[in-house]
Amino acid sequence: MHFADGQIPVAYRRYLGRKRLAIAMGLVALAGLLVAAVGSGAVDLAAGDVVRSLLRRETPAQVEAIVWNIRLPQALTAIVAGAGLALSGAVMQAVLRNPLGSPFTLGVAQAAAFGAALAVMVLGGGAATSSGPAGTVMPGALTASAFTWSAISSLVIVLLARVRGTTPEVMVLAGVALGALFTAGTMFLQYFADDTQLAAMVFWTFGDTARASWGEVGLLAGATAAVWIVFQAGSWDYNAIDAGDETARSLGVAVGRVRWLGMLLAALLTAVIIAHLGVIGFVGLVAPHMARRIVGADHRFLLPATLVLGAILLLAADTVARLLLAPRVLPVSVLTAFLGAPAFLALILRRRRP
Amino acid sequence: MILSVDGVSFAYPSNEVLHDVRCEVAAGELMAILGPNGAGKTTLLKCIDAILRPQGGAVRVEGRDVLRLSAGEIARQVGYVAQRTEVALSTVYDAVLLGRRPHIRWDAGEDDLRMVDAALRRLDLQPLALRPLDQLSGGELQKVAVARALVQEPRLLLLDEPTSWLDLRNQVAILDLIRRVVDEHEIAAVMTMHDLNTALSYADTVLLLKEGRVHAHGPGRAVDAATIEAVYGLPVVIHRVDGRPVVVPREGPSRGRPHRH
Repeated sequence: MHFADGQIPVAYRRYLGRKRLAIAMGLVALAGLLVAAVGSGAVDLAAGDVVRSLLRRETPAQVEAIVWNIRLPQALTAIVAGAGLALSGAVMQAVLRNPLGSPFTLGVAQAAAFGAALAVMVLGGGAATSSGPAGTVMPGALTASAFTWSAISSLVIVLLARVRGTTPEVMVLAGVALGALFTAGTMFLQYFADDTQLAAMVFWTFGDTARASWGEVGLLAGATAAVWIVFQAGSWDYNAIDAGDETARSLGVAVGRVRWLGMLLAALLTAVIIAHLGVIGFVGLVAPHMARRIVGADHRFLLPATLVLGAILLLAADTVARLLLAPRVLPVSVLTAFLGAPAFLALILRRRRP
Repeated sequence: MILSVDGVSFAYPSNEVLHDVRCEVAAGELMAILGPNGAGKTTLLKCIDAILRPQGGAVRVEGRDVLRLSAGEIARQVGYVAQRTEVALSTVYDAVLLGRRPHIRWDAGEDDLRMVDAALRRLDLQPLALRPLDQLSGGELQKVAVARALVQEPRLLLLDEPTSWLDLRNQVAILDLIRRVVDEHEIAAVMTMHDLNTALSYADTVLLLKEGRVHAHGPGRAVDAATIEAVYGLPVVIHRVDGRPVVVPREGPSRGRPHRH
């Protein structure tokens, strides 16, 4: 069957062009925000100095030290973590066909918190200082334990879904159940913890971008990039699932596999990020919804837009958190938790847009 | 034969839906599956597209067993229009473009976009190309689903109640289009239907299902009142209006009931 009389409508090209433009503008905004974020703090740096330093031009040693040792790793961590969490949220929402899907739907965060608490308890790790990262004694063990438990949690859910049918309902219900179970486990551990341990456990849950070293930034960036490529390649599949499971299947999409694989990768990416930084909420839930309003629901464009928007949101929140109560530095998770709720309500109240 | 259904049986754990169903559809042939609610019409359609896995028998498309084909291979051969289209948050154009997915590797090319445009023209959907799906009427949505299946370039087109949401004019438009596509491109099409009159006037052959079994299978003109009465359990008469069969229940609305105007 071939239709010879077809043309490509100009309006459609323009429509795609607008989406690409929006994403490009987002990237420009992100670059500007990065310069501003690196420039501001206890010592304010001139934008020119920051740009020169970022481009590895000659700058005063002090500027060099502040930019490359202190602020840039944190800013890049915020960008990478924001992008990764937002991307995971977008894919969870797509495969679950549920606007409330987020990296935490599967109980990933609760499992990570449990893993961290367990490490603090068993390994006796975790010297809690009011300013330093939690678990300074054995940060590696905390991270490993947090990641392992969230990976176990997502694997259990995917296995359950494989046995019981990969429907969104099964996955969401299993996620809620496991989340509750891990919360109970954490409470149990906290009850028997001494003061220092309890402080370390609680402190760990405050997601903080200052925790990551250059090596960890690289690791998180690699994980986010790898998962993004897989997701981007699946964007047609997610579009097809949007049109209904049956239609997707008739278009050759292995709906069950796309669903559990998407969930698993999104959960693992989230687990890697929060195992290193602690729990950072709402970016994964809000960023995809905001991006959908700007570029529409077509995942070919929604995924990159979500990536950029998540990065912008978390970098902005992180910068504000550093400056808000200066010289006291707030962990970014406290701010995202505060800002996330009203932002989400505002999104609901505004009209939806294709 | 493009489609041959060979002794297909399907059962859910507690009830059997299809039992030893056999039929064949040739190139350029439009077959209507008829039968009362719950007779297994939609289930048969899903078994043909391997959305459901029959427990017994085989479905062959162009001589190949669909259960041995990958989902992608089936999608390049068989188009499916579901009874209900989900209202995704996408535009008409993008929703139809999705039909090219089985043929696309990484992203849609110029030919794919041209084909979508042509399909939209045929269904008079072009003015709505950039309209979001949630602003369409039920009939327009149905046309989008048909357009999506057409750009899939299938050898076999399956339609589940393609006219159930449409007004009279759009029913005729869709069925005329399906008829034309089947004739011009020499493909096979199977549609389930409740409306006996439209089915009998558009389809070449009919498959009458009753409680999951084939009650009759043959050319539409061979269907008589006795067969319909046996399948639907309702006495009918078949009139001819302008040469087309019109099935009328023998017991119509009772006459003489007082009008309440």
